[in-house]
Amino acid sequence: MTARIGVITFPGTLDDRDTQRAVRVAGAEAVPLWHRDKDLKQVDAVVLPGGFSYGDYLRAGAISRFSPVMETVIEQARAGMPVLGICNGFQVLTETHLLPGAMLRNNHLHFICRDQKLRVENATTAWTTDYAAGQEISVPLKNIDGRYVADERTLDMLEAEGRVAFRYLDGNPNGSLRDIAGITNETGNVVGLMPHPEHAVEPLIGTGRTDGLGFFTSILKKLVNA
Amino acid sequence: MARVVVDVMLKPEILDPQGQAVQRALPRLGFEGITDVRQGKRFELEVEGPVDEAALARIHEMAETFLANTVIEDFTVRVDEPAEARS
Repeated sequence: MTARIGVITFPGTLDDRDTQRAVRVAGAEAVPLWHRDKDLKQVDAVVLPGGFSYGDYLRAGAISRFSPVMETVIEQARAGMPVLGICNGFQVLTETHLLPGAMLRNNHLHFICRDQKLRVENATTAWTTDYAAGQEISVPLKNIDGRYVADERTLDMLEAEGRVAFRYLDGNPNGSLRDIAGITNETGNVVGLMPHPEHAVEPLIGTGRTDGLGFFTSILKKLVNA
Repeated sequence: MARVVVDVMLKPEILDPQGQAVQRALPRLGFEGITDVRQGKRFELEVEGPVDEAALARIHEMAETFLANTVIEDFTVRVDEPAEARS
């Protein structure tokens, strides 16, 4: 038996198909989940994909955060279910306060779309065990609301507890404080990042790198060995 | 019917590049003497029934949990003049 990984679709989600594909490429079963459905269909983990859910109205992720499916996701995440938020999914996770801080407009106000070098800072989360701590990877980055902010105390806490999971390398693309590209919760089951690992899982696509596949193989190993 | 206005502003310590872009455009347009611009959001809520303490408390809760993200934003709630008084 393989693991069942849910991928949520909100109105305005863009990357649900690519995320489902990445889940399958890694060898797990992708289960589409709908924002209006509280039922998670007994999945073992959930990915919140990228896009512009609810048109980013109010704030990116602010309205999705109150959707029926998120009620169950929040409850299950607190009970230990692995959750990965990519781009808009990361924004949703900060709006739910499952992850601290918030996302704001890029400091230069431009939409960015490019390959981005990252350093994996924490290779012990549910989604990063197939990487080595300090490993450098390159995956696509595409957003306009990518500037991670939190107060100094929160930033110091994240650093001290090893909860900065990914950091931007070779220049900060959006003004994120302390070059933070992604973070994890205290228990390592909830991870969010702005760049898109699901777009870098097959050698045929993009730059030909498969640096993002590790997210999906990490979680599969964790679930199958559990 | 009464109107309640909720103003949401980024906290002072949070960088506001949109406000900065507006501020930088001003001299070019001939508007001198503006040293800083901060951009925020204004919500106008038409309230059914009386705007009593309980109604304001609910709106405060709404602002705190939904209209504003208090990690990055401050908000104020105030009652606007009755709709009939405006022309």
